[in-house]
Amino acid sequence: MRDHYQLIVIGGGPAGLGAAFSARRGGLDHILIVERDVELGGILNQCIHNGFGLHYFGEELTGPEYAGRLIDRLAGLGIDILCDAMALEIMPGEQEHSLRLVSADAGYRLVTCEAVVLAMGCRERTRGAIQIPGTRAAGIFTAGTAQRYVNIEGCMVGRRVIILGSGDIGLIMARRMTLEGAEVLACVELLPYSGGLTRNIVQCLQDFNIPLFLSHTITKIEGKDRVKRVTVQQVDENFRPIDGTEMYYDVDTVLLSVGLIPENELSRAAGVEIDPKTSGPVVYENRETSIPGIFACGNVLHVHDLVDFVTEESESAGEAAAAYVLRRSDTDKVRGRDEDHTGKSGDPRQASCFSLVPDQTIAYTVPQRIRPACVDNVVRVYFRVKAPYKTPKQIVFRDGERRIVASFRRPYMAPGEMEHVVLKRALLDGVRGDHLTVSVEEIS
Amino acid sequence: MKEYICVVCPRGCHLSVDEENDYAVSGNSCLRGEAYGRGEAKHPTRIVTSTVRVRSAVHPRCPVKTDKPIGKEDMGEAIRLLDEVELIPPVRRGDIVIASLFGSGTNFISTRDIDE
Repeated sequence: MRDHYQLIVIGGGPAGLGAAFSARRGGLDHILIVERDVELGGILNQCIHNGFGLHYFGEELTGPEYAGRLIDRLAGLGIDILCDAMALEIMPGEQEHSLRLVSADAGYRLVTCEAVVLAMGCRERTRGAIQIPGTRAAGIFTAGTAQRYVNIEGCMVGRRVIILGSGDIGLIMARRMTLEGAEVLACVELLPYSGGLTRNIVQCLQDFNIPLFLSHTITKIEGKDRVKRVTVQQVDENFRPIDGTEMYYDVDTVLLSVGLIPENELSRAAGVEIDPKTSGPVVYENRETSIPGIFACGNVLHVHDLVDFVTEESESAGEAAAAYVLRRSDTDKVRGRDEDHTGKSGDPRQASCFSLVPDQTIAYTVPQRIRPACVDNVVRVYFRVKAPYKTPKQIVFRDGERRIVASFRRPYMAPGEMEHVVLKRALLDGVRGDHLTVSVEEIS
Repeated sequence: MKEYICVVCPRGCHLSVDEENDYAVSGNSCLRGEAYGRGEAKHPTRIVTSTVRVRSAVHPRCPVKTDKPIGKEDMGEAIRLLDEVELIPPVRRGDIVIASLFGSGTNFISTRDIDE
């Protein structure tokens, strides 16, 4: 381990592995990955089901296989890896950034670097976050915690199970618990539609005849030492439980799949600007945050449905971090290369910039800011819609003078499926004003 | 007539498959949906994933999968066979864990490396 790195990647899951790989390929020699677990791979290691990699590797892999391929790719590249370690604090500086790290092997270390990639991922919302009334009995788990117990530790967490929330992890765990011999009595979703992929509804619930109750929630958990019974009720359009719709389930286990939160304690403490819509950093087109030299990618930036898109995003963040470091260390050489290959000019910090502003139909966009001068040819804008659309609609980008800069047709959209569009550099150069509004509109 | 929700893409078309009319598919928006509907009606298959015991200090379980899809009706029985297995490291991704399930030529294979 060195005292100074060109790049430190915080997190050794798919995002960190992708960013480190592309930064190495982009010309950096001294890269450190800091990982909290005892091994690389992140949450993919516990996602033993298949369905990963169709976009990126062109075949269907399980989570451990996908992680294995990313890890194998780093072999022999000379990237330092520090597992079983925590990044305690990032202290941004003008010339370089400093990090406080602590690990069983290396002890406490203060390390400096020129660039940081934030790749800490996300964590699950808990019972506390949604405030289910009732006793504090054992047997209430987030779906991902149960997944770790069952798939990594080899411990069953219960015999009679109810699942609150129809996110993908909850659906996957419905199947997993059933195959391991538990009885999954129901999956209960507050919203009138499921947040999970259709494929998971079919293959994890319908295959095993597990009922899915939409517009329902758990209103009470009973049990002294262990969960004994839960009450499920239908909710009205304001999500208020409706009297007289009570159903009672005798269960010993409640699994929660009620959303994921990007894990940005480090970013916030470092002063990185956070977007309240994504709970992740506000980023420019190259995934650089509001602090120069600090980049973000993967679920710490916004929660993805597919790991393939995490890999794609992390590779661009890693490339951008490499370009940032090389530009600083050898300004002349890089300026020459910019002119030869990318057509970029000048310091991106000086470039003019506009914001992407989602209207009430769009949950968020990533990136949130674009500097047209820093876009090579195209910029991909990722977004989620707020409600499902079953009929064709268009996504419209309007500039500060309400002129339509671009529009894209989509035959159907759902909040559970992240969408993206590709904006060309030529369009961006024509934007007037300091923002682009994004909205879902009827096709005219 | 059997009803399915297509899982080929996020659109989720509602398919109807007529078993008495040569498995004619309706409600699909594309050819892939037709193939999915017919497959589900004739013989639905799935890749099955689970874990097996492994004699390792670090990893109590090793994840496994079937290297080809197996009949949906065989999933439970296939998983029960895994109870009998204990692996000894080193294990490599792709190592056969149970060869030729039910004599079908489909194997359970390891999906990760476990060195020690």
